[in-house]
Parts: sequence; structure tokens; C-alpha cells
Amino acid sequence: MKLTLKIWRQKNNSTPGKFESYQVQANEHMSFLEMLDVLNQDLIESGKDPVAFEHDCREGICGACGVVIDGQPHGLLKGTTTCQLHMRFFKDGDTVTIEPFRAQGFPVIKDLVVDRSSFDRIIQAGGFISVNTGQAQDGNAIPVEKEDSDASMDAAACIGCGACVAACPNASAMLFTSAKVSHLALLPQGEVENEKRVANMVKQMDLEGFGNCSNTYACEAECPKEISVENIARLNRLYFKSSLASE
Amino acid sequence: MSWFSQFLKSSIGKKLIMSLTGLFLVLFLVVHLSGNLQLLSDDGGESFNMYTKFMTSNPLIKTISYVTYFLILLHTIQGIMIWRQNRGARASRYAVSSTKHTTFASRNMGALGTIILIFLLLHMYQFWLQMKIDATEMVVYGDYEPVKDLYALVAVAFKQPLYVIIYVLSMIVIAFHLRHGFQSAFQTLGLNHIKYNGVIRFLGNAIAILIPLGFAFIPVFFYLFR
Ligand code: HEM
Ligand code: SF4
Ligand code: FES
Repeated sequence: MKLTLKIWRQKNNSTPGKFESYQVQANEHMSFLEMLDVLNQDLIESGKDPVAFEHDCREGICGACGVVIDGQPHGLLKGTTTCQLHMRFFKDGDTVTIEPFRAQGFPVIKDLVVDRSSFDRIIQAGGFISVNTGQAQDGNAIPVEKEDSDASMDAAACIGCGACVAACPNASAMLFTSAKVSHLALLPQGEVENEKRVANMVKQMDLEGFGNCSNTYACEAECPKEISVENIARLNRLYFKSSLASE
Repeated sequence: MSWFSQFLKSSIGKKLIMSLTGLFLVLFLVVHLSGNLQLLSDDGGESFNMYTKFMTSNPLIKTISYVTYFLILLHTIQGIMIWRQNRGARASRYAVSSTKHTTFASRNMGALGTIILIFLLLHMYQFWLQMKIDATEMVVYGDYEPVKDLYALVAVAFKQPLYVIIYVLSMIVIAFHLRHGFQSAFQTLGLNHIKYNGVIRFLGNAIAILIPLGFAFIPVFFYLFR
């Protein structure tokens, strides 16, 4: 299959970017990233600068590979990362527009690669539990309700890819932050530090220049791990409690 | 108080203000509509004019009306600030942006709100200000003191097709604002649970349709039948 790609090219964050058109010969068994590999091989062979894009695991678990494909982060397929999107979902002759995630909190490094260290700083602000090293405790000594552990596991599925920010009309990082707060908040080990964690993570999120949540729910729809906006409601509750009713 | 001002300045604190003021304004709309429906009664404006007299002289209601002005102002200023900040959070726009998963209303709360604001200014100028500066006629009903004939003011205004159109269109805008706003306000408050999400959505849709429909009916009725 032959495709026309309109790809955002940008040297670095201080140079304005623009779209360039390319032709690529792909087949339907390729993943989207493999199709880009083919394009880059062509570019390298003809002495041109290959398109920079990020990737690591290529099996949908690391969260590195986010790009916006025809207006949708990670492309048109629900609950799927870019690396798991296959070319059989495109037709011969299609024109595909590929852009980086666009948000003030995610400055462009080069072409389709953006700097997501703002997410790391949100985690550093409180996305952890404090435990002393030493003998591991018997896991069964701490009872956890099944419903809580399920909800916690669902939130923990977040791979920190940033598609929620990319999809949100306000570039808000609430789904990510709420997932990272929720997976700890629901378990006894994490609950201890809830108030401080929520206050610090929300503070850092606001400092990073993300927008405010308007409850459009674009994040939930585009999240490759289908993280629910119920987590955002939980974050709000915990934040009210932490700010207004803390001990 | 620093913890409190810090809370109000946080993204979630700002949202809480939008949510609480928004829900208060919904309540205001319900009361306002139920009062205004007296315009429809066939008594030459007596019940409506006596009602406005009561609403503008009862000290408790006067206090509530000042609270309402303040909260509209707060909702508006906060809304415009959030809207500006949110635009700034994506300074470089997408060439292709998908609207597949979001509703028209949710994407355009700022624009819808701004249209509502312009409508409110017109609406206040047309009725509220005319009443405040005593530009209305006085009427006497039975043994009561003379009251301002706000009914006549309304009746004259709604004989003009332009006003009827403006009012009906503005109510459609409010309908969209509420369609997203009502359920959004509950999510902001942290109330999201399968047990009651359905009820909130149903109520939100009912309110978003019935309130604007009720308001829009009044100018149309006056234009056609009075
Ligand atoms: C009778 C008039 C109004 C009513 C009943 C109303 C109601 C509401 C409600 C219930 C919400 C949802 C709050 C939330 O998401 O938590 C909302 C949001 C909003 N309103 Fe209004 N509103 C009114 C007038 C206005 C006006 C005049 C503006 C002026 C610009 C405005 C701007 C906004 C904006 C921008 C939002 C979205 C805030 C966000 O993204 O979180 N509204 N409104
Ligand atoms: S919530 Fe979903 S979209 Fe957002 S970072 Fe986590 S996995 Fe990615
Ligand atoms: S490369 Fe790891 S999720 Fe796509």
C-alpha cells in the first residue's frame, strides 16, 4: 500500500516547525512505527534527515510512542498505542497527518518527540510511598478489599504516555495525575500519605503549565489504557479533603 | 488564610468555584422561570406586577438578588480566566483535531458563556435598568399601593420580532451551556458513580431542555397572542 504522510518537522523547540509531505510504500502487516521505520530508511538512503519519533517497548506497555495521527493521539483505534496500531487500518492511497503532542507542558524536542519530564516531576512531587527497607512483610497481613484492589489496578495501568494531555482541548493533565494518585490512594500502604501526596502532585501539575479540566472526557476516550474519568472525580474529592478538611 | 487562597487558586479550586456558582445559577434560573411564568396569566399583568413588587421589596429576596449578581460576576470572571488559561496551555494548535469524542457544548463553554453574558447585559438593560431608573408606568390594582408596570414593558418588547429572535436564540445557547455544565458540575464536585450518574445525566438533560424552553415560550407567546 502507498501512503502520503504529512509529518510535522521541527528542528528544536526554539525553531518554528512545519509540515512536510512524504510518500511511503508500506504493507498492512506493519505496525505504524514500522511504517515510519521504512520511511526513515528511505530518507537516510537519500541523504535526508530521518523523522525523529519516540519508541521503546513496541508492545504497548512503556508509553513512549505517542504521536497524533489524523487528530487522534495514538491514532484511530480505541485503547491502543501507536506501536500497536497496524497499517491494515489504513487504505492504499490514504493521506495521513502526523503531529507531535501539543501542550505547553510538553515542549517539542525534535519533530514528533516531546519532552514529557513534566510528568516525571509530578511523580517526584508525591507519586510514591515511603517504606523503610528491610524484611518484606507478609502480604496477607494487610487485608485489601477486592473492589479497592481492582480500582487501584485499573488506575495503575496508566503508562504515562501523555495522550490524555494531547487529546484534551485544554491540555489538562488531570487524567494522568488522577490515575497516579488513585492507584496509591486506594491501598493501605498508599493511603497513609494521601493528603500530602494529593496536595503536592496537584501543585506540581499546576506549575507545569497544563490547562484546567473542563470534563470534556476526551482523555478517557483517547487513553490507550482506557483509564476512567472516575479517577478525576476521586482526585477532586481527595484534593478537597486534603485542602479543606485535613487533620 | 493562605491555605484557603492557595486552594482557590489551584486548578481544582477554580473548578469548584465554577461548579458551585454554576449550580447556584441553575437554581436561580428555576426560581426566575417559575416567577416569570405568571406573565402568561390572563389578568392584564396583575399577578406578575404584584410578584415583581414583592421580589424587589422583600429584604431577604433583595439580599439574595445581590448574592446572585455577585455570583454571576464571579462565575463569569473565573470562567473567562479559565478559558484564557486553557487556550494558553495549547499555544500551538493541531493542524487536524478530532472532535469525535467530545460534545460541541463541552468544547465551547467559554464561547457559550460569553454569548450568555452579552444576552444578560441586554436583558438587564431592557428590564432591570428601566425598572431601577423608574422609567416604567405605574398601575394600581384594587386597594393596593401603585406598582411599576413591568408587564407592559415586557409586552411592548416582545411585540418586536428582533427581540423575540434574540431571546429564543439566547435560550438555545443556555441549553447547550447547561447540557454540558450540569453533569460537569457534579464531576467537579467529585460525584461520579455508576449508582447515580444516570440520574445526574437525565436531570441535566431535562433541565437543559425544560428551563430554556420555558423561558423561550414567553416571548413567542407574547408575540403571537398578546
Ligand atoms: C444563567 C447563566 C449561567 C448558568 C446557569 C451557568 C451554569 C454553569 C454550570 C453549571 C457550569 C459547570 C461548572 C463545572 O464544570 O464545574 C458552567 C461552566 C462554565 N460557565 Fe457558566 N453559567 C452561566 C453563565 C455563564 C456566563 C455569563 C459565562 C461567561 C463567560 C459562563 C462561563 C462558563 C465557563 C467558561 C464554564 C466552564 C468552566 C470550566 O471549563 O470548568 N457561564 N456554567
Ligand atoms: S491516563 Fe492514559 S492517556 Fe494519560 S498518561 Fe496514563 S495511559 Fe496515557
Ligand atoms: S513503544 Fe512502548 S508503548 Fe509504544
